[in-house]
Amino acid sequence: MRFKDVFSIIGPSMIGPSSSHTAGAIRLGRVARQLLGEQPQKAEITLYGSFADTYRGHGTDLALIGGILDYDTDDPRIPQAAEEAEALSVEVAFHMSKDKADHPNTVGIVLISEDQQISMKGASIGGGNVEIISVNQFDVKFTGNYPTLIIAHHDRPGMIADITAVLGRSSINIGFMDLDRKGRNQAAMTVIETDAAIPDGVLEELLALPMVASVRKVDLTERGDVCDSEL
Amino acid sequence: MRFRTLKQLAEVCASEGLTIADVMLADQSEESGKPPAYVFNKMREYYQIMKEAVDKGLTEDTTSRSGLTGKDAQRVMTYMAMQPTNLGEEACKAMAYALAVSEVNASMGRIIATPTAGSCGIIPGVFISSQQRFGWEDDHLVKGLLCAGAIGYVIANNSFVSGAEGGCQAEVGSAIGMAAGALVELRGGTPEQAMHAVGLALKNTLGLICDPVGGLVEIPCIVRNGFGAVNAMAAADMALAGVRSVIPSDEVVQVMYEVGTAMPEKHRETAKGGLAQTPTGRKIMKELNLNRKH
Repeated sequence: MRFKDVFSIIGPSMIGPSSSHTAGAIRLGRVARQLLGEQPQKAEITLYGSFADTYRGHGTDLALIGGILDYDTDDPRIPQAAEEAEALSVEVAFHMSKDKADHPNTVGIVLISEDQQISMKGASIGGGNVEIISVNQFDVKFTGNYPTLIIAHHDRPGMIADITAVLGRSSINIGFMDLDRKGRNQAAMTVIETDAAIPDGVLEELLALPMVASVRKVDLTERGDVCDSEL
Repeated sequence: MRFRTLKQLAEVCASEGLTIADVMLADQSEESGKPPAYVFNKMREYYQIMKEAVDKGLTEDTTSRSGLTGKDAQRVMTYMAMQPTNLGEEACKAMAYALAVSEVNASMGRIIATPTAGSCGIIPGVFISSQQRFGWEDDHLVKGLLCAGAIGYVIANNSFVSGAEGGCQAEVGSAIGMAAGALVELRGGTPEQAMHAVGLALKNTLGLICDPVGGLVEIPCIVRNGFGAVNAMAAADMALAGVRSVIPSDEVVQVMYEVGTAMPEKHRETAKGGLAQTPTGRKIMKELNLNRKH
């Protein structure tokens, strides 16, 4: 099921004009930002398909920039995102690609900071929902609708068992999981979508496992809900 | 979720004696691990944002950034006050409210995507005008949103809800189906009648292309939201009257998928065909490009 809950149909609350080209673009930008884990100095953005054809009219460029600045879909600053980025010295470049993408609304984002670089590719699949299709050239799929772990590691026996044991000890349930590798005994990536927020301690524990290179958390789920306090 | 199709959804309702909204609330709560009250409150917040958008669209300047659209909802309200309408006041009001929300979206205001921003006017148009007419409490309409969400969930997972994937039938079409089914339930119709309303509504938008002028969610999107609200009410009336969708709704959803898949790329939100490529559409596109600072 591509759409997993009622709020992917009714919602998100967003600043217009387009859920695929504005809200979805913000969420794709935010995923990239969270993969990097800090404010980038430079963003290289490549647009494919319908994104490339109509991005200006829908403010897709502003939305992607807003996402890279970690704005949510209904942030009133979206229309001024380009100026904000400039003020923060975040350099953004857009490229249009004629290449065929699997989905009409696909974007590739490379973010560069002082000492690291990440790349990702994702699609905006409608109603503000997104699908990430690759991270650092690994073919992994996730949606951003759940707290998500992106773990870069070496391909070795027992790696998944070690990772899931850490999560199990912290009572974190795994909803969906995907992994890819460059080749046998080479670099690999595991992506895990969970049902519960992931505390920082768990990230540190995972990072301490043998042959784990990096651990990142992506979480686009709601910010400070008023509903929680009443229950 | 206990349902993947509209038929399964109706069966769960029938076997447990629940409304579509009840099933959606229980299943969403189960899936998200959050209490039903949390889900209901979040939906309640969304309904308030919809009401704000209607107000804004009826009272503020909704001229879009392109300058191509704005204040059509206000034109319809003024016209209604001046003379009898062809549609009748209730349908005309739903149309005006749908235009209002869609214009707020085009002018970069806050809306709720239902299921998308391109179709964000239809459900608020139908819901808020019906609430005023029948004197319903907000919470009744919140249940309506849950019902609409369940219908949309099935459509989205068996077909699509984006213009780039399936044309306007996937956006405005889905929203009309969701609004029609929900309105049936709001009026006390059965889940089965609601399903027929969905099928009747979707049949009427099959093949609708997505051809936004200048690539903007303005022309023809805004007026299609107005028409959509009226169509949803018509489908709900047919279903409440006992009119059936002889082709089951799930099969109509499959047809939407088939038609969308076969739709040329130029008619799927690329602005490379349809209204976007008329002489006037091309002229507008050219002017927009000249006015851009990039």
